[in-house]
Amino acid sequence: MTEHILRMSGITKTFPGVKALQDVTLSVRQGEIHAICGENGAGKSTLMKVLSGVYPHGDYEGEIFFEGKRCEFGGIRDSEHAGIVIIHQELALSPQLSIAENIFLGNERAKRGFIDWNRTNYEAGELMKRVGLRENPTTPISDIGVGKQQLVEIAKALSKKVKLLILDEPTAALNDDDSAHLLDLLRGLRDEGITCVIISHKLNEVTAIADSVTIIRDGRTIETLDMVTDHVTEDRIISGMVGRALDNRYPPHEPTIGEEALRIEDWTVYSPSQPDRKVVDGAALTLRRGEIVGLAGLMGAGRTELAMSLFGRTYGVNISGKVFKDGKPITIRNVQDAINHGIAYASEDRKRYGLNLIEDIKRNISAAGLKSLAKRGWVNENEEYRVAEEFHKSMNIKAPSVNSVVGKLSGGNQQKVVLSKWIMTEPDVLILDEPTRGIDVGAKYEIYTIINHLADQGKAVLVISSELPELLGLCDRIYTLSEGRITGEVPRQEATQESLMHLMTKGQE
Amino acid sequence: MSSITPADVEVGAKGDGGAPGRPGRVSFGGMSLNLRSSGIYIAFAAIVVLFSVLTDGALLTPQNISNIIVQNSYVLILAIGMILIIIAGHIDLSVGSVVAVTGALAAVLMVNMGWPWPLALLATLVAGALIGAWQGYWIAYFGIPAFIVTLAGMLLFRALTLTVLGNQGIGPFPDQVRTLANGFTDGYLGNIGLGPLGGADLFSLLIGVVAIVGMFTAQWRSRHARLGYGQSVEPMALFVLKLVAGAAVILFLVVQLARFKNLPWVLVLLAILVLAYSMMANRTVFGRQIYAIGGNLQAAIMSGVKVKSVVFWIFVNMGVLSAIAGIIFAGRLNQAGPTAGNSFELDAIAAAFIGGAAVQGGVGKVVGAITGGLIMAVINNGMSLIGSPSERVMLVKGIVLLAAVAFDVWTKRRAGASR
Repeated sequence: MTEHILRMSGITKTFPGVKALQDVTLSVRQGEIHAICGENGAGKSTLMKVLSGVYPHGDYEGEIFFEGKRCEFGGIRDSEHAGIVIIHQELALSPQLSIAENIFLGNERAKRGFIDWNRTNYEAGELMKRVGLRENPTTPISDIGVGKQQLVEIAKALSKKVKLLILDEPTAALNDDDSAHLLDLLRGLRDEGITCVIISHKLNEVTAIADSVTIIRDGRTIETLDMVTDHVTEDRIISGMVGRALDNRYPPHEPTIGEEALRIEDWTVYSPSQPDRKVVDGAALTLRRGEIVGLAGLMGAGRTELAMSLFGRTYGVNISGKVFKDGKPITIRNVQDAINHGIAYASEDRKRYGLNLIEDIKRNISAAGLKSLAKRGWVNENEEYRVAEEFHKSMNIKAPSVNSVVGKLSGGNQQKVVLSKWIMTEPDVLILDEPTRGIDVGAKYEIYTIINHLADQGKAVLVISSELPELLGLCDRIYTLSEGRITGEVPRQEATQESLMHLMTKGQE
Repeated sequence: MSSITPADVEVGAKGDGGAPGRPGRVSFGGMSLNLRSSGIYIAFAAIVVLFSVLTDGALLTPQNISNIIVQNSYVLILAIGMILIIIAGHIDLSVGSVVAVTGALAAVLMVNMGWPWPLALLATLVAGALIGAWQGYWIAYFGIPAFIVTLAGMLLFRALTLTVLGNQGIGPFPDQVRTLANGFTDGYLGNIGLGPLGGADLFSLLIGVVAIVGMFTAQWRSRHARLGYGQSVEPMALFVLKLVAGAAVILFLVVQLARFKNLPWVLVLLAILVLAYSMMANRTVFGRQIYAIGGNLQAAIMSGVKVKSVVFWIFVNMGVLSAIAGIIFAGRLNQAGPTAGNSFELDAIAAAFIGGAAVQGGVGKVVGAITGGLIMAVINNGMSLIGSPSERVMLVKGIVLLAAVAFDVWTKRRAGASR
C-alpha cells in the first residue's frame, strides 16, 4: 500500500440553512489519479474549495493532512504554497495577455521589480513542452482554443511546483481530440509523480483514467473504490451516485394528457464563445397539453442552453431546427415572439435572469405581461395591483404586501413571483429550469403543487432538473440529455434513478 | 405642479410607485418614512430655509424666485431627459454640446435664413431628435458604451457649433422666441389692488388656483380608485396634510411670481414637461421598461423587453429635450454663442444623482431630478446673494453631489447587510 498524500477527515461545511458537507472523508494515494463522482449539488466542488483554502480554516469542521502534515489553509495562496493547485471549470486566464504572461501571472519572473522577459518566455516554453502545447509563448490567450487554454492552466500549475493537481470538470468544454490529449497528459503527469484529483461527470473517462474513485452523495462520502481490485465499472459508479434519499414528498397527480402543444426537431445550437462546438446536437422533443415532462441531464449537458436557445434565441449562435406549436411550424426570433406564441421560460438563475430585485412584487409580476394591463401604452395601475394581489393570495407568496421589494423575499417566495410573472402571460407551454433550486422543502412542495395545477389547466410543462427524485416524483415522461444529445425518453413508470443516470452519462459512441 | 410635495410619507401602499419598501427608513410614531426616496425633499426644504435665513429673506423675494426658475430652466429640462437615461443605466455627456449646436441651428434658420419662427423651432427639434438617434444607434444597436459615444458626441457637436458659428454669436432672435425663453405671461385680467397681494396679477393667481384644484381632484380620485380596489391608502390626516402643504407651496410660489412680472413662460413649459414625463415614467409600458432595463438588464431581456429599441428612444428623447433647452438658452441670451451649454451635462447629471438616482441604474424619479437641480440652483443663487466667491460655490456643490451619492450607496449597503 502506497502512502497517502492527502487525507481529509470529518469535513463538515455548513451554509446558512444547508449542510453542504457532512463528515466527508477523502484519502488520495501518492501518485495516483483519483476521481470524485457525484450528482450535481452532491458537494464535490464545495469539498475542493475546502481543500484549496477558498473556504479558509475555521470555516469548516474537520482535519486535512497533506504529506502527513496537518494543514490549516487561510487562502488559496497557502494551499498553492503547499503544492495544491486547483483548476476550475471556468478557466481563470487573462485573454489579452500572452501564454507566458498567464503562466507566470502572480508569480512573475522578475529582477528588481522588472520582468525578465527572456527568462519568462524561455521557462514558459519549457513548461509548454511538458504539457505538449506547441504554440509561441508570446501568443495571446484569446488566439488559442479552449483545449489549449486548459493546457496553459496545467502549465501554470506546473510552474508552481504542483504536487496535487485538482481538475474540476476538465473535459466538459473540450472536443474529443482535446479531451483525449488532456487525459494522456494526466497519465504522463502521474508517471512524473504528480497526484491528480479529477471531478468528472464523464464516467467513461473516469473508468479509463482513474486509479481510484470516491463517490459523494448528498454531502456525504458514500465509498472509495480501487478501480482494479474492486473491478469498478460505469454501472458500479452509477449505483453509488444515485439512490439519493427520497425525502421530499410529492403531491399526487393524475395527468389528463391532450394534444401536442410544442414539438422541436433537429434542434442544434453552437456555443457563442466557441462557435465550432455544438452545445445542443439535433435534439427532438414533444410536449403535450396537460403533461409534465422532465429533462434530465448533468452539468454541461446543454439543458439550459436548449431551453434558452428555444426561448427567443437568448443563448447560442447558428441555431437551427424546426419548432412546431400546436402542429404548425413557427419561427421565434426573440423573447417577445416566444411570449406571443405562448411559451414561457423561468430561468434556473432567478436573481440574474428572472427578477428585478430592487423592484416590488407587483411590478415584477407584471414585467412580462404588462401589455395586457395597458390601454394604448398606459398601464392601469389599479388593475396591476389587483392582479398582483390575486397571485399574492393564490400562490401564497409570503410578503406583507405586493409593494414589498422582491430582493428581500426568500428563495421560495421569489420563485413564486417568477412563476406568477409567467402565468400572467397566459402561456400554453412553460419551461421551468430548476424550479426548486435553493428552496426549502416546504416551499418545494408548494411549487410542485403549482406545477401540477398548471398541467391540470391544460398547459404543457417542461421541468429541467438535476434532482432525479424530483423528476421521478413530478413528471409523466422524462427525456435525458447528455453532451447536447437526447439520449433517451422514458415514461415515469419505467424510469429509475439508475436507468436515467445511465442515459445521462452516455458518451458519444 | 404637485412636484413640490414635500415629503413622501408612506404607510403600507404608496401612490406614485417610486420605491416602496426600500431600506433606510425612520419611524415617527407608527409612521414610517422612507429616507432614501424622501430624504431629497427634506434636504431641499432645509436648504431653502437655510438660505432664506442667511440672506434675510432675499432668496424668496418675487424677483429672485423668478430669477432662479428662469436661469435654471434649461438645466432642469436637461435633467428630465438625463434621469431617464440614468435610470436605464446609461449616461449622456453630450447634452451641453447639443444645446449649443441646436441653439446655433435655430439662430441660423431664424436670423440668417429668415425662416418663420415656428417652422425654425420645429426644424430644430427634429435636428435634436436626429442627433439623439445618431447617438442612440451607436449605443443601442452597435453596442458602444454610452460614455464613449456621448463623449465623442460632446466633441463632435461642439465642433459642429464652432463650424456653424465661427467665433461669434448669431442674434437677435424674434420676439416670440425671446418671450418663450425669458418672458412672462401677460396680465390678461389686470391686477388685484388689495392688501398683501398688492399688485399681483389676477390671471397668474387663477392659474395657481386651477393647478391646486387640479391637484386636489387628481389625488382625490386616485385615492378613491385605490380604495375601490381594496388597496390600503395613507391615513386621511396625512393625505390632507400633504395636499395642504403642496397647495401652500404652489400658492406661495404663484403669489410671489404674480407680484413680480407674472409667470415665466418657461415655468409653464417646465411644469407641463415634469407632469408629462412623471406620468410617462410611472404609468406607461415604455416608462416601466426603462426601470426594468436599469434594474436588471438580463431579466428585462428575458421578460421580452425590446431593450435596444427602448434605449434608442430615450436617447432620441434626450436629443429633443436638449434642443428645447438649446432654444431657450439661446433665446434668453438673445444670441446663439459658441460656448453655449458648456458643462450643462455635468449639471444635469449632478441633478439626477442628487435627486436620488442610483449609480447602477433602475432607480430615480423625474421629480427627484428636478428637485436635485433646484437644490443646486438654490445653492448657487443663495451663495451668490451672500457674496460667496464662485470657487466656494463649486466646492459646496461638489460636496453635496458626493454626499448625496454616498448616502445612496450607504443605504443600499445597510440594506444588503440586514438581509
